[in-house]
Amino acid sequence: MASSGFQADVKALQKHLAARHLIYQHQHNKQMSCPAMAQLLSNTLYYKRFFPYYSFNVLGGLDNEGKGCVFTYDAVGSYEKVGYSSQGSGSTLIMPFLDNQLKSPSPLLLPARDAVTPLAEAEAIDLVKTVFASASERDIYTGDKLEIVVINADGIRREYMDLRKD
Amino acid sequence: MNFMASKQPENSLLGPESDSQRTLYPYVTGTSVVALKYKDGILMAADMGGSYGSTLRYKSVERMKPIGKHSLLGASGEISDFQEILRYLDELILYDNMWDDGNSLGPKEVHNYLTRVMYNRRNKFNPLWNSLVLGGVKNGQKYLGTVSMIGVNFEDNHVATGFGNHLARPILRQEWHENLSFEDGVRLLEKCMRVLLYRDRSAVNKLQIAKITEDGVTISQPYSLKTYWEFSAFENPAQGAIGSW
Repeated sequence: MASSGFQADVKALQKHLAARHLIYQHQHNKQMSCPAMAQLLSNTLYYKRFFPYYSFNVLGGLDNEGKGCVFTYDAVGSYEKVGYSSQGSGSTLIMPFLDNQLKSPSPLLLPARDAVTPLAEAEAIDLVKTVFASASERDIYTGDKLEIVVINADGIRREYMDLRKD
Repeated sequence: MNFMASKQPENSLLGPESDSQRTLYPYVTGTSVVALKYKDGILMAADMGGSYGSTLRYKSVERMKPIGKHSLLGASGEISDFQEILRYLDELILYDNMWDDGNSLGPKEVHNYLTRVMYNRRNKFNPLWNSLVLGGVKNGQKYLGTVSMIGVNFEDNHVATGFGNHLARPILRQEWHENLSFEDGVRLLEKCMRVLLYRDRSAVNKLQIAKITEDGVTISQPYSLKTYWEFSAFENPAQGAIGSW
């Protein structure tokens, strides 16, 4: 779960969900799937509809079949399964670029077409690095350091990259 | 007769404020706290000033206190709220000791407790008007964290509150490294405190440096920093200025 916004609310929200995840594991003897956590996050956010968590989230992970999924949220719990997303102060800079690179068909099309052209892991990571380096140029709040989390069948891996420090 | 009507606009969602018991603004405040990790533990520095607005009212305020066996708390902001926090922590440590089970709250736990307290008070719109620095060592593990009045919290190798964020942290980013010796750590802190003394109007030249290691807490006796005011540019400041007198 990646969050942007008011850090104290972000920490509180992530702590809340971590606790709920632990309870789920005790009760069901398995890890929560990403779609399950997606619903839980939405409900948690809407619970504080009239005193919101000032937190803008993107949730990523694996569903029950092991396929990757990405969910994007606003601060009060509206969410949608998407192929890619960005949130936070740099999102206005990043999102149009992602749209351009990842060839998203119109969501109005029937039958629904998959939102993302298949990307290899190396290509995807390179895209993420490019996108943040570019956002750091123009968004004053984006910069210092980037953390990339890669989740696949082999597990969870983290990568770090320095960004502009001004 | 209503001399001072409370200033609420007609469309306000706030409740009645006339009997408000919550902190609206700070009265007696302390300025920056600076702290860093060094070889044997944590070093923390704070001056002894308690300002009443723009008046440097109190000059012997101890803004750093030991907490339990393993922690040291430094505070800037409203002094009465700091004293309240010390009362909360006193009770926390007391209950911890009363278990009498050989276990004791470490700096991580105290920091987490303080974070919860500050965040929950902020959510009730009744904040404790402080920025806190919590440092300590337990079982060889050094810990240094900070919490603000709105609940923003993190841990790092060096932290500062208030003006220290702007004046001290750049120095620390440049000159801090792992395994600083005690002397080097003190020298680095004094460098930060000197800059703060020159440039922060609420700083006073009477400070304490506290050290916490596995063996416990030592808070130094108050002392003052040597300062230099004889820079020639300030001796006759109007000399080169055309049109000045």
